[in-house]
Parts: sequence; structure tokens; C-alpha cells
Amino acid sequence: MPHLPEDIHAVGRLLADENYVADRALATVVFLALKLGRPLFLEGEAGTGKTEIAKAIAAALGRRLIRLQCYEGLDAASAVCDWNFAAQMIAIRTAEAGGTADRDALRAELFTEDYLIERPLLAAMRPQPGGAPVLLIDELDRTDEPFEAFLLEALSDFQVTIPELGTIRAPEPPIVILTSNRTREVHDALKRRCLYHWVDYPTFDREMAILHARAPEATESLSREIVAFVQKLRTEDLFKKPGVAETIDWAKCLLALDVIALSPEVIADTLGAILKYQDDIAKITGSPAKKLLDEVRADLAPA
Amino acid sequence: MADLAPLDIPEDGKLTANITHFARALRKAGLRIGPGRVLDAIRAVEAAGFSEKRDFYWVLHAVFVSRPEERAVFAQIFRLYWRDPRYLEHMMSLMLPAVRGVQEDRRAAAAEKRAAEALLDGVARDTPEMGEGENDEVQIEADATATISAEERLRTLDFEQMSVAEIAEAKRMIAKLELPVRPLASRRTRTDPAGRVADWRATMRQAMRRGGEMQALVTRRRRERWPNLVVLCDISGSMSQYSRMVLHFVHAVANRKGAGWAKVHAFTFGTRLTNITRHLAHRDVDAALAAAGAEAQDWQGGTRIGSCLHAFNRDWSRRVMGQGAVVILISDGLDRDPAADLSREMERLHLSARRLIWINPLLRWDGFVPKARGIAAMLPHVDSFRAGHSIASLDDLGRAIGAARDSGEKDRLMRLIGV
Repeated sequence: MPHLPEDIHAVGRLLADENYVADRALATVVFLALKLGRPLFLEGEAGTGKTEIAKAIAAALGRRLIRLQCYEGLDAASAVCDWNFAAQMIAIRTAEAGGTADRDALRAELFTEDYLIERPLLAAMRPQPGGAPVLLIDELDRTDEPFEAFLLEALSDFQVTIPELGTIRAPEPPIVILTSNRTREVHDALKRRCLYHWVDYPTFDREMAILHARAPEATESLSREIVAFVQKLRTEDLFKKPGVAETIDWAKCLLALDVIALSPEVIADTLGAILKYQDDIAKITGSPAKKLLDEVRADLAPA
Repeated sequence: MADLAPLDIPEDGKLTANITHFARALRKAGLRIGPGRVLDAIRAVEAAGFSEKRDFYWVLHAVFVSRPEERAVFAQIFRLYWRDPRYLEHMMSLMLPAVRGVQEDRRAAAAEKRAAEALLDGVARDTPEMGEGENDEVQIEADATATISAEERLRTLDFEQMSVAEIAEAKRMIAKLELPVRPLASRRTRTDPAGRVADWRATMRQAMRRGGEMQALVTRRRRERWPNLVVLCDISGSMSQYSRMVLHFVHAVANRKGAGWAKVHAFTFGTRLTNITRHLAHRDVDAALAAAGAEAQDWQGGTRIGSCLHAFNRDWSRRVMGQGAVVILISDGLDRDPAADLSREMERLHLSARRLIWINPLLRWDGFVPKARGIAAMLPHVDSFRAGHSIASLDDLGRAIGAARDSGEKDRLMRLIGV
């Protein structure tokens, strides 16, 4: 089992081994989260690689990744645990049929781990082979406030309470990563328990590095054009700006089409890979795309 | 992210005191930092060590910053503070305007003052009346019938034709108005004997109490939750009297506990969009509107509905309308922007709202025809179109929101413009 990284530099290297290119700021907060055992709260636009961080950390440290995808109306039964009622019912009937309906014995037997269905939060509190797991609580802004309040106990003391079993405490705190797209403001009480980082769109160099790591087949010149074009696109007034995930998708699309250099026609054909709103596509298709491409070419020319 | 020049971190062994002072400076600049955070920060700095100077920045950043707007403030204060902490006092006086400049490009104080005055005129005249509670009581007692009929008259009186005293009275009546709404079915459930879904967990627990004998099925049903209300209020010159009254109304709705509406978000727009939600939380309506007026600098200016709606759609709609919000748009629809954009932005707004209700004071004129380009562009994209010029019409609005299918005057006007 790989050990926790010693310093910030080691975190960057560790993530780089998993093809995740982190800037120094991100490496710093990840290091702190690991070292201090605090949850890490990542906010940022969609497609900037928030979820990927959790995956990369889990893979780099050889830990199990437990993912809790949030949605509106998520409640304790689907986040912590549930009882296997069908199995319990059968056990009761079997006991009755066998004539051994001893109340206390039955009660003791029915609410045990055998009939418990683990959900992500409980699973994250359990000891795992290879060390405490990485718990990814994804898109927290999609849940409602009652669930946020419920998370407070889990995240500050790393324990969950199940009425029938009592409080279960993690022997070793899991590495918790929370992500939010900021469609709604998350309550301060929850944020206070976490280290905070805003994941921004990457700089040109960092995005080039990411593209190299994720789509190594792309040639240097094509990569430069792709990244420069996407970066340019992010300065336009769009409803949804393309994220890094879109850059990678687009590069893969272009590679599949055997494109070696961008052209207005190619861009028009593949724009759907980077822009996801009809308004945005209509705005860029045609002469704006050509103009952007010309600007990109002009920027890249001296280099 | 801003590139930061190397900073000189004082190495006099007083790091703890320095971080504490630094936290205090941040707190003064508006970041919400409790004592617990300071301890966290010290622990974090110890954990990270000092292998590189810029790490120090990100370590403190991770602990102290908790929302994107705070990043710029943090960067400013960090630079100023860690350059030479001995000048803290001097710096605090210099820093605040600088930080404010980053936070939002506020214009000179004169404009704010003008906006506040514009918003607040009439308040000074109301205040004595509010203060002399005893005299009022006597008067009402002596002439109760007259009060009732005056109230009736006031209900249908146009806001623009009201005298100062009538406005003061109208505000009091508005504060009592309600905006009832239907609850939405939530994914969460609660125990209910008439529910349709079996609650196996509770059923089993009940059975265990009786030695495993199943007696009755415990059932659950969907919980109900309240939708959000988003109010977009035009505060341009042509709308000033109405928008002020409507904002009074919004304040009353936002501050009534237990009357539906999970959250009330309010925005004003004229030439630019301003979020005044925070200010509505003031209990006192005048304080709330004064704060809102100070923030919205375009009070009584021109109107650019299209670009303001665009700003709303881009920056706010996904944040405040995520969970089925009802949108009330208050505007006369007299726009200076090209109509094509306006139509597109209205369509986008309509698509992301559960219900879009447009309140237009121009509708009070009999024989109003939606000829203006802006109105014709906006009308097809609203669910309901209503007047909002008197207390009675605001009361009607309350009823309209309660009804599931209400289009107000929309259908009639759509026929008029031949769509």
C-alpha cells in the first residue's frame, strides 16, 4: 500500500502518475486534506476535473473509491444503509414455522449485519483492505438542505448513527472529497468543516499537459490548436463554457476523424463535442468559428 | 488564478499571532471566519511547512476562503498583510476601499446616495406617522366606518395617483398581503396512514415490538415542499413608483414565516442586474429597501431588459431556479435593446422557470394594446400576464399563483397582436 505523500511536491507527482495534472494550489489543498484528515470541498464549473481528482487520489493511494452521487431528495436510507426486509421477513416466518419464535433471540438476530444493506456512507466508515477509502460525495449542490445537515455528523466525527445498531465510527477517517457545481449555495456550517478550493479552468500550459496525459495520440500541433481554440472559446459570452472534459472529448473526436489540423468545416462538424447548448452552437458556427480560428492561428504562429 | 510574486514572510517566530491578526483583517473585510478557522489555519501551516513561499498562500487560502467571491479579497489582503504586518493599522484604512474595488466595481458615493435618496423619498414623511402610534389609535376609533371605506378605495387606487399619506397606508396594507402557492411533491417521504408506499423499516420495527407478528403495514407518502420565488423587478424611470410598491410587497412575502416559498430571491434591473436578496432579510422594510437601493445604482435610469435578462440567465438562473422556481417579472416592457435578443432571453427564462408571471402596470389602461416592440417580443414567452398597479391587483396576483392554470390577460392580448 502506498504511503501518504510526505510533502506537496509528492502529491503533485502522485497525481501525475495517475495522469492527473494538478497545479500547485490544488496539490497544496490535497496535501492538507490528506495530512490533516479534513474533508476537501471542491467547487468549480462543470468539467474542470473535480470528480477526477477523487478518482486519481484513490488510484494513486491504492484505496477503494466509494462514490455517493447526490440528487434531490436523497435520504439516509439511500445514503447510509437500509435493511433487507425481505430476508428479515423470511427469517421471521422460518422461525415461526420451526416453532422457535423466541422474541429476544429473534430481535437480536434480525437487526444484525447479516440483514444490513450498506450504502456509500456506511461503507466509507468500514475498515477496508488497503486503508481508509476515498469517499466522493459528488454534486452536493443537487441535494436539499436536510441532507446537508445530516452530513454534518458524518463529516465532522466520521461516524454515522443507525437507530437499530447504534453509532458506527470509522476506525480510520476516510478521505472525503465533496464537489459542487455551485448551482446553489452550500451551507456555511458544512463548508466550515472542510478545506475549500475553487477549481478553475486550467491555463494554456496546464491544459496542454492534461491533453498530453489524456490523449497522447494527438500531435503537438493539433493539441496546441485544440487547446488554444477552447481557451479562446472560454472568453466568448457563452451560456455554458467548455470544460477540460470537453477539450479531451473533442481531441478524441478529432482523432477518430483522422483530423490533423483544425479547419472551419471540421469545427462545424464537431462543435457538438465542446458546446452543449443549441444557442451556443448557433452563436459560434460559421463565421465566428472561422474568426476565432484565425485568431488562434495568429496567436500560435510566432511560437 | 493570479500569479503571485514571492512574498516576504516574517520569520520572527510570531507566526501564530500573525495568523490571528491576518484572520482579523479578513474578518473586517467581510469573510466569515470564526476562531475555529484560525486554529485550523495554524495547524494547516504547521502541517504544510515552508518548503515554498507560495504554498503558504494556498494553505491559508484553503482554510479561510469558502466561496469564489472571497478569492479576490483574500488575494488583496494577503499581499498587503504579509508584506509588512507592522503597518496593520495603517493598512486597514487603506485596504478597505481597495478591496471594495475588487469585490464589485462600485461607483462613487454620490451615485449611491442619489439612488438611496431616490429610493427613500417619502420615508421621512412616513416616519412621524408611524411614530405617533397613540394618536393614530384615537383617530381610528373615532372614525371606524370612514377607515374601512377609505381602505376599500385605496385598494383599487393606482399607485401613481396616491398621495404621500395614502402611500404610507397602502404600504401597511401591502405588508399584510399574501402570495399563497401550491406545494410541490418532494422525493422525500413521511409516515402517513393513507400513504401508498409501504415503509418496510417501520413495519419491521413495529413487528419486532410484538415478537415478530406483522399487524399492520406502515405506509408513507411523498412529503411536500415549497418552491422558490424569484422576483425580477424593473426599477427604471418609468417604473419607479410601481417597483417601489412591488418591492414592499416582495419584502412582505420574503419575511413571512411559514407562508410557503422555500426561498425568495429578488433582483432589480434597469441598465444592469443587481441581486438584492440579501437586503430583503432586513426585518425593517425601509432599511431593506435602502440597502437594496444603495446597491442598485441604476435606480430610475434607462431600461435594457434584454441584456439584464441575459445576465440573469447566464449568472443566476441555474443557481436560484434549480428546484422548480416561480418567476415574477415586473416590468413595463419598454426596452431599448434590439427585440430579437429580448425574445431569445425571455424564451430561455421561460424554459428554466416552473411558471413565469409578468406583471405590467401599463395593463391598467383600458384598451392597452401590446404594440411596443419589447412587449410583443416578451408576451409569447410568459405563462401569465397581469396588471400590478394597485393593492387589489397585487391581491389578484396572490390568487392567480394559487391557481394552476392562469394566463391573466395574455390570451386576449395575444389575439390583439395577431399571434
